[in-house]
Amino acid sequence: MVKYPGKITGFALKHLLKKPATIAYPAGGLVIDKKYRGKIAYDADDCIGCNLCVRDCPAGAIKIVNVGTKEDKKFECYLNVGHCIFCAQCVDSCRKGCLSFTPDIELAVLNKEDLTVKL
Amino acid sequence: MSKNITIPIGPQHPSLKEPACFTITLEGEKVVKAVVGVGYNHRGLEKACESRSYIQDLYIIERVCGICSHTHSTAFCQGVEELAGVTIPRRAAYIRVIMAELERLHSHLLWLGVAGHEIGFDTLLMYSWRDRELVLDVLAMLGGNRVNYGINTIGGVRRDIDPGMIEQITRMLDIIEEQNKYYIQLALSETTLAARLAGVGKLSHEDALRLGAVGPVSRASNISDDVRAIDRYAAYDEIPVRVVTDDHCDVFGRAVVRVLEIMESINMLRFAVANLPDGELTVKVPRNIPAGEALSRTEAPRGEDIHFIRANGTANPDRVRVRAPSEANWHSMAHMLEGDYLADVPIIIAAIDPCYSCTDRAIVVDQRDSGLVKTFDWQGMRDYSINWYKSQGFDASKIKIAERKLYF
Repeated sequence: MVKYPGKITGFALKHLLKKPATIAYPAGGLVIDKKYRGKIAYDADDCIGCNLCVRDCPAGAIKIVNVGTKEDKKFECYLNVGHCIFCAQCVDSCRKGCLSFTPDIELAVLNKEDLTVKL
Repeated sequence: MSKNITIPIGPQHPSLKEPACFTITLEGEKVVKAVVGVGYNHRGLEKACESRSYIQDLYIIERVCGICSHTHSTAFCQGVEELAGVTIPRRAAYIRVIMAELERLHSHLLWLGVAGHEIGFDTLLMYSWRDRELVLDVLAMLGGNRVNYGINTIGGVRRDIDPGMIEQITRMLDIIEEQNKYYIQLALSETTLAARLAGVGKLSHEDALRLGAVGPVSRASNISDDVRAIDRYAAYDEIPVRVVTDDHCDVFGRAVVRVLEIMESINMLRFAVANLPDGELTVKVPRNIPAGEALSRTEAPRGEDIHFIRANGTANPDRVRVRAPSEANWHSMAHMLEGDYLADVPIIIAAIDPCYSCTDRAIVVDQRDSGLVKTFDWQGMRDYSINWYKSQGFDASKIKIAERKLYF
């Protein structure tokens, strides 16, 4: 049925002279798109504490706490990076635009406790 | 005189890196009987959907499958949109199609590599996966992630495609098209593929119909079955769809269908990006979905994907049922394995492009009336296991188990 076995040999040999398809990591060369959904960022100034982000988070990873008084509200945002699934639904849900995603993907820590971060 | 031997293939890594057990009865080297055992990776996603809102369910549904995540979320969104009685904007429909076809590209390239690997043709694995990276880069650019793109939302899509992105998609398509032309040529003439795959895993046209095969498996048995052409969802009503079929009825046919489908996807993508209409991305959908039932289907890279959603008027669905394409293809698996050689089993399994965890179901064995049932509490279970290990000559009582903690 087949006359020429090993047809891919020439194609493979040609690639010996080409640059590697892989990139060096962590030595450099890693390019993350600006719109990549990495760790989220929080801007407390506009936050009204509506908790829509908390309500919509599928992983229950985000928490908004009022550290001020009832009259003078001051919000802080905590994210459990270990539970976050990086869907950025909180960013879509926020009506005030307080949340945004960053291309930050290097989030590994040595202690489990450090996974919960204040944004 | 021949004696039959029964061997289990799996549940650890039977040809692919997911759990399933194939109990194969052999006569010499030939498979005389095959029993497919799935259910090792049941994750309870359907049940989890019932206790979460529609928005949260999107991300659970997206994680049904790691490869065809977009098609599942599209099917789910379509069902919910039907219940809510909304029509998504045309631009959103086109973006859904663009994502779906890009997903098909990367899924088929992935399969080509896996198939090459199963038959010991790793050169093909390396090249097709290298090309797949280009598609994944584009998907990451469009959706923000490599596999769970998260582009769908109920009532449209979450992200827009700008002219710069279209340019990148076109550039990627040119490279993939050139590469794929070579793969088609290779698939049709290379000994390692053509001679190795021809006549393996036969599934005749009649059997494919009888056993309800879907996707490339059925199309390789000369059945023109493609939801994109039959039930034109999203923007497929405006995009020309040519259904690729093949009459080889074997693994070779399935390979041919997939490589030719890559070409079709490229054509569809070119059409979609050239005719991308202007307009809004989403329409407003209420959080509480009116009561009712909806059945929605899409064409996943592996075949027809069906979602059933029953709403009860609240923000959470009453029932979600996912019929992933692999689930339909399992029924023909035993038939395909029987009569073939043991050495061909891995590639026959891989040829349906199975996705074990998407397809897994819980099996309920009800023996409450048989008197064989014992009920344990947590401590009783631990004591039982310690005693069992002791009878095996290992003292496990010193091992401390970490307390189960809930976050926040």
